[in-house]
This record gives sequence, structure tokens and C-alpha cells, in this order.
Amino acid sequence: MRVHVDAQKCQGHSRCYALAPELFDIDDYGNAHELNDGVVPEGLEARARLAQANCPEFAIIIQE
Amino acid sequence: MTSIYGPVTDWEHDFDHADPEYNANVHQIWDDLLNKKQCPVAHTERYGGTWLPLTHEHVREIAYDTEHFTSRSVVVGTTKPSQFDPQPPPSPIGNAPPISSDPPFHAEARRLLLPAFSPKKIDPWASEIRRICHQLIDDMGDVQFVDAAQQYSQDIPVQVIARMLGFPVQDADKFRHFVHLVLESVNEDRETRLAKFMVFDEYLTHQINDHIANPRDDLTTYLLNAEIMGNKLSPEHVGGTIILLLVAGIDTTWSGIGSSLWHLATNAVDRRRLAENPDMIPTAVEEFLRAYAPVTMARLVRDDYDFHGYAMKEEDWVLLPFPAANRDPNVFHDPDTVVIDREENRHAAFGLGIHRCLGSNLARLEMNVAIEVFLERFPDFELDQSEEVTWSVGQVRGPRRLPVRITARS
Repeated sequence: MRVHVDAQKCQGHSRCYALAPELFDIDDYGNAHELNDGVVPEGLEARARLAQANCPEFAIIIQE
Repeated sequence: MTSIYGPVTDWEHDFDHADPEYNANVHQIWDDLLNKKQCPVAHTERYGGTWLPLTHEHVREIAYDTEHFTSRSVVVGTTKPSQFDPQPPPSPIGNAPPISSDPPFHAEARRLLLPAFSPKKIDPWASEIRRICHQLIDDMGDVQFVDAAQQYSQDIPVQVIARMLGFPVQDADKFRHFVHLVLESVNEDRETRLAKFMVFDEYLTHQINDHIANPRDDLTTYLLNAEIMGNKLSPEHVGGTIILLLVAGIDTTWSGIGSSLWHLATNAVDRRRLAENPDMIPTAVEEFLRAYAPVTMARLVRDDYDFHGYAMKEEDWVLLPFPAANRDPNVFHDPDTVVIDREENRHAAFGLGIHRCLGSNLARLEMNVAIEVFLERFPDFELDQSEEVTWSVGQVRGPRRLPVRITARS
């Protein structure tokens, strides 16, 4: 599984960073980006889906 | 407060979000409009023409559409920006950048403030916020009855933002009075409002001048030294941004904390679950933000525009009730039920699009700490049935009197 934050859609709500800090980080302006080229380590798939389901801007894309 | 409008009798064609009945009964009003009257977009001639879309889809579309809807003014009032100031700051800057700014200037003004409010800058404030919360509870003394809005919720954001701006903490009442003027006295006549604005303007100028003479490590000095495209900010820009931070940072978070405590005071099961499992508080706070989102934003229609068959006129107001969007069954499962461990919660309490609440990380932190400390010190409490709960009036919704009886303390 891979995750990706669409930088055009992200507005810095920080939900993904709060829910899955292993998968997402934020820059100095509060905008999110995926860690580790978006590769989701085994066992963290549910966290990735949780982050996606909590993004108010629908900015997180998951590739299974 | 003296309203120039009478009480509302028809919420479909003559609604008034500043009628005291609106915030007190808002969920019933939205439900009646959407389900009984099949009215997804209400309208009123009040305030010179105002629209109220209620679905997540419509609210989202307008929030994203900066072409047809301008943010030049975001608080609906009897006076439109073109009447308020004979020479208004030119669009796209507006009176209180960046909330009143449109693209492309908006991004520059916002970029200036974002680093100061990023999670990594805000998180270190947790211990200071916790100290403030404990102090407020200490100050209540060993009493059985407290007003959780007046004696607790309202003081937390005021003290935090005063410290961040480097303003005297003892001036908190001045800030509150000013915020009330901006947000709640929207239906007073123009002269009364202008005269009151002048008083705060003088206070603000004094504080800014004091920071120019005595620079220090705070947000005001930061703004005075900041540059946009190589130019220092104009004094109007600095003053407008400070007003924004005061107005946006005080009533909103006060309301968020107050509504959360109101929910807990009226729901014994949720109260006990959180008191016994404080690690559930962050998820519960997101649900309180969804179900009791305090903030309704507004836009002005830029030019005459046909919005899905609704003939919007130039300079009509459009309210953006994010709290209503948060109860849309097309986006949220069982939206009218408060589920404190709701896992999937794509709520829009902090808005959508480029104007996402700049202070959302601070507001979340204040709410989390405030609820955690309250439950830690008062593991059990309930509404004091002998007193009345009162709600704010206008675009920020939350309890303004929240009498509770403390039944357990630690």
C-alpha cells in the first residue's frame, strides 16, 4: 500500500499527522506530505485508511 | 443589544442568524428547513440580502469558489464593506488579512502567519495552557456551583492569545468586549457600531506603538518586522491581522470548549467514559468539533451569480454554516448522534479550502487540555437545573452561561 498527499488539496488541517505520524509529516507551514515515499509499512494499513477518512479536503490518495 | 430587525417567523424566506432563537434552536431549524420545507438554501432580505446554504456539497462548493465569492468581509452585518468605509482597503487585501483577502494576495498574507501556528510551534504551549486551566479552577474555590462558560471556557483562549500577542493579560475584558461588538452586535445600527470600533482602534494603536518602541519576542513584534514581497506590512495590515487573531481566537475556542462541557454536563455516559479514559479525549474533541462546530463563515457575492438556480446578487451575503455541513447524512453516518469514539470524522469545523482556520492547531490544543483538566479536577458534574443555559448570538455558536453543579472533585 502507498499513500500520497495531494499538495494542491491539502490545506494543513493536520489530521493525518495527528492520526498517523508514522506515515505523514508536516512542513513549517503546516502542510502535510507522506513519509518514506508513501510506502505504508505492513501493519499500518488501517492507520493509512483512518488518515484518509479524516481528511476534510479529500487530499489523501491510497494505492493498494 | 438593540436589533434593527424583528423576531423571525419564517426561517425559509426571512431567517436571521443573529435572532437569539437561531443559535438556541439551530439543529431544529436546519432540520425543518431541509426535511420539512425541502429548502437546502434559505434566503432573507435582512442585512441587504443574505443566503444560507445547508448541505455539505453547497457549503464546500462556495468555500472553494473564490472566483464568484469574495472574503472581503466574513461577518454578516447591517453594513456592507463598501458602505462601512468610504475608502475600503482595495480587494484583495481587506480589513483583516488574510481572512478578508482573496487570491493571489491571500496566500502571501497567510504564508506569513502559518509558521507561527503550525503544530510544532503550537504544541509547546500545552504546559502553559494546562497551568491556566488549573489556575482558573483553583480560583473557583471550594464551591458546588460554577458557571463553566463564564468562569472557565471564556478565560482560556483570551489568556493564551494575549500572551502570544504580547498584550497585557489583565486587558482580557477589553478583548472580550470588542469581540462581542464584532460578532454579536451585528444588528445594531451603523453609528453605534462605528463609535465602539473607534475605542478599540485607539487601544490597538497604543499597543502597536508600544511594540514599535519596545520590540519583544511575541507575535505583534513579529508582524511589525515581517515583510511581504520585500515590503514591511502597513500599520493597517498589522492592526487588521491582530484584530483577526483576537476575534478569531477568542469566541470560537471559548465556544468549542463550552459546547463540549455542555455535552458532558448533559450526557452522564460520555462524561464517565472520558473521565475514566482520558486517552479518548482527542477523538471525542473531534466529535464535539463536528457536532457543535462553533463557526459559520460568510462570503460576499462578487457579481450577480446563478448558484444552482438561486439568483444571487452582487454584494449579497452568503453564510457558510460549516456546523450544518457537519450534520449532512450524505457525508456523515448517523450525523445527529454524538458518537465520542467516532473513527471516521471528516468534519469541516475549521472550514474548507484556502481559508482553513489558521489557528486550528491552537484551538484543538486548548480544547483538549481544557476538557482534560476539567474532568481531572471535576470527575463528575451535571447541569444546574435551577439556572438557565444561554447561547451566543451570531456566527459563532456556544454557551455563554453554563451553570453546572460539581458532584465530584479531586
